[in-house]
Amino acid sequence: MINSFRKNFKGVAIEGITLFSALLIITIIIVMITVIFIGGKSQLSWEFLTSFPTEGMTKGGIFPAIYGTALLVIIMSIAAVPFGTITAIYLTEYAKESSFIAKTIRFAVRTLAVIPSIIYGLFGLGFFIKFVGTHVDSALYGGTLHWGQPNLLWASLTMALLTLPVVIVSVEEALKTVPQELRAASLALGATKWQTIRKVVLPESVSGIMTGTILAVSRGAGEVAPILFTGAAYYLATLPGLGDQFMVLGYHIYVLTTQSANVDQSLPIQFGTTCVLLMLTFVLNMSAVILRYRIRKKKNN
Amino acid sequence: MTKKEKTGKKKKLSGLEKWQSERIDITQKRFRVGDYLAEKVIKGVAYLSIAIVFLIFVFVFRESLPIFNTSKPATETAVVGKQDSQETYGAVTDNTSTTQESYGSVADSSSKTNVQETYGEVTDQTASQEQNILAGDSASSKNSSSDTYTVSAGSGSDDNRTALKSMATKEWVPVSANPRYGLLALILGTIKITFISLLFAAPLSILAAIYVSVFANKRMKEIIKPTIELLAGFPSVVIGFFALMVLATFLQSVFHYETRLNSFVGGIAMGIAAIPIIFTITEDALTAVPKSFYEASLALGASKWQTAFFVILPAATPGIFAAILLGIGRVFGETMIALMATGNAAQMDLNPFASVRTLAATIGAEMAEVVFGDTHYNVLFLIGSLLFIFTFVINAVAEFYVKGKLMKRIQGK
Repeated sequence: MINSFRKNFKGVAIEGITLFSALLIITIIIVMITVIFIGGKSQLSWEFLTSFPTEGMTKGGIFPAIYGTALLVIIMSIAAVPFGTITAIYLTEYAKESSFIAKTIRFAVRTLAVIPSIIYGLFGLGFFIKFVGTHVDSALYGGTLHWGQPNLLWASLTMALLTLPVVIVSVEEALKTVPQELRAASLALGATKWQTIRKVVLPESVSGIMTGTILAVSRGAGEVAPILFTGAAYYLATLPGLGDQFMVLGYHIYVLTTQSANVDQSLPIQFGTTCVLLMLTFVLNMSAVILRYRIRKKKNN
Repeated sequence: MTKKEKTGKKKKLSGLEKWQSERIDITQKRFRVGDYLAEKVIKGVAYLSIAIVFLIFVFVFRESLPIFNTSKPATETAVVGKQDSQETYGAVTDNTSTTQESYGSVADSSSKTNVQETYGEVTDQTASQEQNILAGDSASSKNSSSDTYTVSAGSGSDDNRTALKSMATKEWVPVSANPRYGLLALILGTIKITFISLLFAAPLSILAAIYVSVFANKRMKEIIKPTIELLAGFPSVVIGFFALMVLATFLQSVFHYETRLNSFVGGIAMGIAAIPIIFTITEDALTAVPKSFYEASLALGASKWQTAFFVILPAATPGIFAAILLGIGRVFGETMIALMATGNAAQMDLNPFASVRTLAATIGAEMAEVVFGDTHYNVLFLIGSLLFIFTFVINAVAEFYVKGKLMKRIQGK
């Protein structure tokens, strides 16, 4: 035995410290989930999910916020998923790994991933609303305000830009797991490159595209900063269309906790809304993790 | 060999090739429109992500441009109705060249009228009153009818000059008769909160990453890693809510400070948001260190923890550096937590238990109430441009410098 007891003790202590920090992080996560769930449990009911807010937001449900969030993520996915998938296809199938342009695109994607979400909000305001919107208005409506103001469409497109890197990264990972032999076999049978991608590579990576979509939806449902001034509204009596402002779960939480006049009275609703949002993102993330785990398992086989 | 023979041989060869290409069709790629189009479209879409980054900077910076318009006389416009007002808005923002565009009857550049203009509908009540007074003043000096909108992209040049000057001061008082846009307190607040959150998050997540990549057995690893990664999926508004409702009260009861919402609470909450980023990248860097390092160290008689701290950790330092950089980027731009849990008071104060206001939170809180085209609006966009540049640089450093160094170290070149 070369190691003395003292040396051993030191090793155990250091390992203990690292284990302790890992457990501390997990404790924080569990405490957060538990506190929010216990606080919101009493609120969770079918009625809460399906009715409109009443009595100055202190009672009633959060249906418009759920509806707005759903619309937001659907339009966002319609915009972000095809674009993200195509970019991922280019990066894996067409571009050479070491080429300058591929490196630049990868760098751009990573930059998109780290740009603060509030900057996307500013971009949405400056580009979609003030640039595209006003030009569309002056061209189609003779200048009356239709699209040159915050609405659901611009908010969704802003969110789509934010979630684009999430989609690209997951689809790329999935495309890489498609075995090279499959591509070679398809090409050898006389299929063209595009046919190979469409009929062989893409069907093989559907689960990866699904993962990317789920992660993007979960991110988009939770982000608030990009839609602060591109479309989110405090309260609406009707359900929104494409050209209207809309209510969102995340913004609802923010508004109720900081802007509303009677914070204490709406406390149960705040906890209820947070609980709904957390459960939504939690379930989405879990399913993405499971899907991804399956993909990785397939890769290893 | 003569020249003639050479050319002759070449001709022969090319003849053979020609014959082959006529007979054997399979080796020859036929031109297909569908394939060609698909490739071009895919390429175009892929290039779009580069364009988006570029566009984001251009459009965020463009909206802040009028603030630099100090030397030129104020661009004024008196327009009837909304249609023209919007056109004017677009035209003037584009107007970075020397030509001054003026609509309507006014634009008397020699008499420097100091006008605060409004664009479209005024939402903020206090601001609108100021605007009306000022607009009224200017309208009286003009021949234009009183029922017109007075619109311009930039505000008066004098306003811009004072606004630019006031940026180096400490006072952030954007809505008042004498608006001041001192960024120093905001910058200090942002740095302070970043520092606190990193002090909390970096050691915790790096130690956890060491545990997962070196000490943990396979089963522990499969539990801990996905759980911490799950935290990355937490919406920041949920973390902000948790900090506001639970963490703030809890920390106050432990540390007994005065203001309930302060940079300490905000810093811890942002640290929670930054943990998954730092953890994931550090863990990746640690596992990227070749197994041979680990085995060699153990073979030389070092214990597991010695190997972890004196062999693997130093080899992965550039990666850990990148992780911390990206953590800084995350905290720097975090808006919702800053809005909800920091107290939002712009103070020059190094005390961690004092309220702060960060740059991102300032944009988030004030942009919805600002008058479009106003100096305040431009200043907020300028802050946005600063944030963009900062995160862009951080990402570039993490990407190129650190990765290059990491590869060099691991491959031993």
